[in-house]
Amino acid sequence: MTAAVSRARGGHRARRSGGNRVWAVYTALAIALAVAGSPFAWMLSGSFKTDAEIRRIPPTWLPDQATLDNYRELFERLDFPRYFANSLIVTGAVTAGNLVFCSMLGYALAKIDFPGRQALFALVMAALMVPGAVTFVPLFVLISNLGLVDTHLGMILPFLAGPFGVFLMRQYISGLPDEVIDAARVDGAGELRIFARIVVPLARPALAALGILTFLSTWNSFLWPLVVAQSEERYTLPVALALYSIGQNQTRFGLLLAGAVVVVVPVLVVFVALQRFFVQGIAMTGLK
Amino acid sequence: MAVRTVRDRAPALAAPRRTGLSDRTRRGLAAWGFALPFLALFLTFTAGPVLASLLMSFTDLRSSDLRDPLAVDFVGLDNYARLLQDEVFLQAAANTLYFVSAGVPLTILCALGVAVLLDKGVTRLRAFFRLGFYLPVVTSIVAVAVVWRFLLQPETGPVNQLLRLAGIDGPHWLTDPVWAMPALIVMAAWRNMGYLMVVFLAGLQAIPRELYEAAQVDGAGAWARFRRITLPMLRPTLLFGAVITGIGYLQFFEEPLVMTRGGPLNTTMSVSYAIYDQFGFGNYDYASAMSYALFVAIIVLTFVQFRLLRPRT
Repeated sequence: MTAAVSRARGGHRARRSGGNRVWAVYTALAIALAVAGSPFAWMLSGSFKTDAEIRRIPPTWLPDQATLDNYRELFERLDFPRYFANSLIVTGAVTAGNLVFCSMLGYALAKIDFPGRQALFALVMAALMVPGAVTFVPLFVLISNLGLVDTHLGMILPFLAGPFGVFLMRQYISGLPDEVIDAARVDGAGELRIFARIVVPLARPALAALGILTFLSTWNSFLWPLVVAQSEERYTLPVALALYSIGQNQTRFGLLLAGAVVVVVPVLVVFVALQRFFVQGIAMTGLK
Repeated sequence: MAVRTVRDRAPALAAPRRTGLSDRTRRGLAAWGFALPFLALFLTFTAGPVLASLLMSFTDLRSSDLRDPLAVDFVGLDNYARLLQDEVFLQAAANTLYFVSAGVPLTILCALGVAVLLDKGVTRLRAFFRLGFYLPVVTSIVAVAVVWRFLLQPETGPVNQLLRLAGIDGPHWLTDPVWAMPALIVMAAWRNMGYLMVVFLAGLQAIPRELYEAAQVDGAGAWARFRRITLPMLRPTLLFGAVITGIGYLQFFEEPLVMTRGGPLNTTMSVSYAIYDQFGFGNYDYASAMSYALFVAIIVLTFVQFRLLRPRT
C-alpha cells in the first residue's frame, strides 16, 4: 500500500522534472565519452599524417593530406607482417590451450565427485592470487634451461592453462543440470564421451567468453614476450612497437601511431563483435 | 532427486564391466586425467617458480652461475637487508605507494561517476556508452603509451596546445620530475576505469529501487540518497574494486617502461620496474628478494582493505 503510493508519487515527480535531468545525464556522459575516446581519435588521425603535419602548431584534427606512407613503411620497410603473424601464432595457441585444458578440469571440478576434488579447487583459487612478478625470474631460468628462449613455445607454454579459465569454466558448468549428465552415465557413457558430447556443446557461451578474454590478454601481453624474444624474427606486435618507440624512431609519431593502430584495431574488432559473450563472462564469474 | 538415487544405484545395475573397476574408481581416474594437463603446466610453470623464487632470494645466484650451480651459496637474509639500504629500491617503493594511493581513489571516482550516470538516467544507448568506456581496458598498454606520449609532448602535443588556449603554460609532462608521475596516474585511471565501471554498474543495478523511492518520499535529496543508500549498499562492490585495482597498481610496470623508462631522476621507477632492472643486470638473487617483498605487500594490502571496508555490524 505505502510502496504503491510512493511509486506513484515518485513516478509523477520523475515525469515532471525528468526531461531536463535525462538531458543533463546524456550530456555529461557524452562529454565524458568524448574525453575518454579522444586518445583513440588522435591515434587514428595521426596515423594518416605526415611527420611535418604532426609537428604543426596548432595541430590539425583531421589530416590535411591523408597519407598511407606510415602504414606502407610499417609493412614494407619494417617487418610488421611477421610481428603480426607471431602475435597470431602465440595468441592462437594460448587461447586453444586454455579452452581445452581449462574446460576439462572445470568439468571435473563441477560435476565429478572424486577424491582430492576440494584440494584441487583450493589450489586453483590460490593460483589466482600469484602475481606475475614473483614467478618471473625463475620462469626465465627454467625456459632458458629448456632451451626455449627466443622460441614461440617459450612464450606459449607458461600460459597454456590459466587458473582463471578453470574457475570460469567450473562456475558455468556447475550451473548445468545434473540430470543430463547422470542420464548419460546410467546409459554407460564414459566421462570423456560425456565431456565431449554433452558438456562442451552446453558450455559454448562460457567457452566463447573464455576465448575472448584469453585472446585479449594474450594479444596485449608484453613483458613475457619481450623477455623471451631475443631476435627480431620472434617479436610480437606489442614488443616490436615498444622497442621502436624507445629506439631511433621514437619521435616519429606518425609511424608509431600507425603501429598502435595495427596493434589495437584487431582486438577492438574482435571485442566489439563478440562483446555480448564478454559481458556474460564478467557476470558468470561473479564480478570477474 | 529421483535421478540422484538412480545414479547411486547405477553401479549395481551395470555391475559386470570389462575392467572390473567400480564406476566410482573409473570416474575418479577420469577426473584426475582431466586435471593432468593443467596440473603439469601449473606445477612446472607456476608452483615451481614460486618456490624457486623464494629459495633464490636466500642465495647469491647471478645469471653467470646458471652453468655452475655449485658456485651458489646461501646468504640468509642478506638480500632482504640490502633492500632496506638500497636508495633506488626505497624510492621505487615510495613511488609505487604514491601511484597506488592516488591512482586507486581516482580510478574509483571516475568509474563510480560514470556508473551512477549510466544507472540513473540512461536506458537507451547504455550498451553503447558501456562499450565506449570499456575500450581502453582491452587496448594494448604499449599502444596506449605511444598515443599518450604523443598527446603529452611539451611543444606540439594536443594537451599542452589545449592548455595554451586557456592561457596555461603546460609542463614538460614526462620529463618533469614533479609532473611525470601524475601524468602516468591519470593515464592509468583512464585505462582502468572501464572495468570498474562495469563492476559498479552491476552493483548499482542490484540495489532495490524501493529504497530510493521510500527515501524520496521521506524528503531525502539526491546527495543524501547517494550517501545513505548507494554508498552503503555498494560497499562490498567498492571493496572488490579497490582490492583488484590496488593489487594491479602495486605491480605497475609497463607505463613507466614505455613512457619514461623510470625517469626523470627515478621519479617513476616502480618496484616491478626495479625487479626488471635487477633481472636485466643478472642479479637473480636480488630480483627475487624484491619480488617477494612485493608479494608480501600485495598480501598485506589485501588484508588491510578487507578490514577497512568490512561491513560494520
